[in-house]
Amino acid sequence: MAKIKSLEELMKIKENAMKGLKMRDSGKKGKIIVAMGTCGIAAGAKDTLRAIVDSLDEKGIEDVAVVQSGCFGLCDVEPTIEVHLEGADPIIYGHVTPAQAKRIIDQHIVEGKVVGDLIVKKGEL
Amino acid sequence: MPAVENTVLICAGGACISAGEKSVKEVFEDTLKKYSLETVVRVVETGCMGACDLGPILVIYPEGVFYQKVNAENAAQIVEEHILKGRVVERLLYKGDTGELKTKPQEELPFFTEQVKIATRNLGVIDPLSIDEYIARDGYFALHKALFEIGPEKVLETLKKSELKGRGGAGFPTWMKWDFTRKAQGDTKYIICNADEGDPGAFMDRAVLEGDPHTIVEAMTIAAYTVGAQKGFVYVRAEYPLAIERLTFAMEKAREYGLLGNNILGTDFSFDLEIRIGAGAFVCGEETALINSIEGKRGIPRVKPPFPANKGLWGKPTLLNNVETYANIPPIIINGGEWFSQYGVEGSKGTKVFALAGNVKNTGLVEVPMGITVRKLIYDIGGGIPGGKRLKSIQTGGPSGGCIPLEHLDTPITYDNLKKLGTIVGSGGMVVMDEDSCMVDVAKYFLEFTVEESCGQCTPCRDGTRRMLEILERITEGEGTMEDLDLLKELGENIMATSLCGLGQTAPQPVLSTMRYFWHEYEAHVLEKKCPAKRCKPLMRVVIDKDKCVGCTACARVCPVNAISGAVRKPHEIDPEICTRCGSCLAVCRFNAISKVSP
Repeated sequence: MAKIKSLEELMKIKENAMKGLKMRDSGKKGKIIVAMGTCGIAAGAKDTLRAIVDSLDEKGIEDVAVVQSGCFGLCDVEPTIEVHLEGADPIIYGHVTPAQAKRIIDQHIVEGKVVGDLIVKKGEL
Repeated sequence: MPAVENTVLICAGGACISAGEKSVKEVFEDTLKKYSLETVVRVVETGCMGACDLGPILVIYPEGVFYQKVNAENAAQIVEEHILKGRVVERLLYKGDTGELKTKPQEELPFFTEQVKIATRNLGVIDPLSIDEYIARDGYFALHKALFEIGPEKVLETLKKSELKGRGGAGFPTWMKWDFTRKAQGDTKYIICNADEGDPGAFMDRAVLEGDPHTIVEAMTIAAYTVGAQKGFVYVRAEYPLAIERLTFAMEKAREYGLLGNNILGTDFSFDLEIRIGAGAFVCGEETALINSIEGKRGIPRVKPPFPANKGLWGKPTLLNNVETYANIPPIIINGGEWFSQYGVEGSKGTKVFALAGNVKNTGLVEVPMGITVRKLIYDIGGGIPGGKRLKSIQTGGPSGGCIPLEHLDTPITYDNLKKLGTIVGSGGMVVMDEDSCMVDVAKYFLEFTVEESCGQCTPCRDGTRRMLEILERITEGEGTMEDLDLLKELGENIMATSLCGLGQTAPQPVLSTMRYFWHEYEAHVLEKKCPAKRCKPLMRVVIDKDKCVGCTACARVCPVNAISGAVRKPHEIDPEICTRCGSCLAVCRFNAISKVSP
């Protein structure tokens, strides 16, 4: 660990560590649920999951949990994922290929903009 | 890398550790491994969460579900039910007065919601071993602000505005101590943190050191920069091994990060810390005795003046504050003096940590704004008196303090108010006593403590307190006279007026205070040879009611000295000559036939 010499360096550590702390607070956590039923896996959900995890990792996003679930019941639009961010309605995206997953991370998670063309459903299932 | 789904905070404060926290953690982690959950569940040991009577405590996030009294057995169940299957284990939740389940007592119970946490802001929130988490909660930003933005003069000004007073007992304005040391002549100056917390029942300093060690490192560094010191010592008692371990670790990390040691934050300001371990003498909490102890001398107080600010450690100007006082410094520097003084009342600003102990439901640590009434502290936050008993008195300030009787329950807790009542805020120990407590016995207990801890240097304290104790022993044995009571009062007043240090100057307080408010109890002991609370063994007997006793022999079987005789199905009898008044028989009688009587 290099010695801290500026406010910027201190801020950087703060921001990084904040993510870890934030996740503990209820309601503040973001969550991406990947449907991993047989249908989802057959449609390529495993690759989608890996792409999501890698992409989050790459961007250093740690306050978003990636959770696997069973089939959403939307088998015709698999692979599906649900993005649930603090204070917002959950969004379900369909036909999420690894490339589209990266787009969702970039736009929805990082910039907070819903990716309109991939939406299957808004709100609780 | 799978993202973490749950974070589990396990309270690793001293009380929870003694209640079995380590084995809970072990089982918890083993069970996680068994289900391959170890990568998605993060287990963090935190500092004391304050609700010590509920320990070991475990809080699972993101939901924030609060589990109490967890043991090795049900730890596994929590993993299997809560983590794996997402079902809350209701059996282990906190239950309210009416038996209703409380999933998140930290958001509902007055014990948690009425608190304002400044000194204890990070306890139970961060991992005490993670400097990053401390920084995430604005840690070391106050140091940066002091060094780069405001400078020493403004630090002092901020402290003056905050009206922070020393939290260790005496309640001296903190900014003045800092100012005296800053103005003192000399190139070599020292900073000391007094972590020799010795009051029976007070443990907030230990909790801060164990749960948030970096706040002490940061505050002492700010203090050193302000007064111009290069070296600091933290004087921790040897009975606090965990505090020593975590503080040592925190100091190492701070050095690694360039926040302690040479050229702090890249400036030419250098300051380093060293831990000195005290051997557990109560008198070493007195500042000059503590200084002697650090110097390697016998821990006995020096004559004041000169005060440590001018002539302290190795004769150099020395700033000495206690742990809780330091813990308030970083947030005050960041948020400003007015922010701190918005809490509390005239003359007693900010918050104070109290250690609730004794006959109160919620024992543990609470931080509340000063000026809160005793009633609110005991009944709302403390949850009242258990077992349907009546409150009798509250002892504050430990062996240097006195008691607050029932009629003053609505007194706001301030330095001045408690002084008027003949007691002190002290370090914040609050021992709650119900109707079963004998006030003479309580006074005797505290005096036994000070007699034991008197360093022996000055006569009033060394001999005077011992004479007082002898009188109290006579009284509790039914041998006291009214002249004894007069002598007790006279001795007490003289000891307070003539002792060298704070220990002797306050030692008679528990006696004088109980004499003031519970004179009738002293009189009952002396005139009627009676202990109204039936506590003093020589003045009470244990008897069996012949009409109620069915002769089940349960009492005779548990009596350790065979004082109970009687045939089966015939009323039993206790021989008062043999009986030791241990009360074992009382606990086993199912017919309410045994009771204590005081003639």
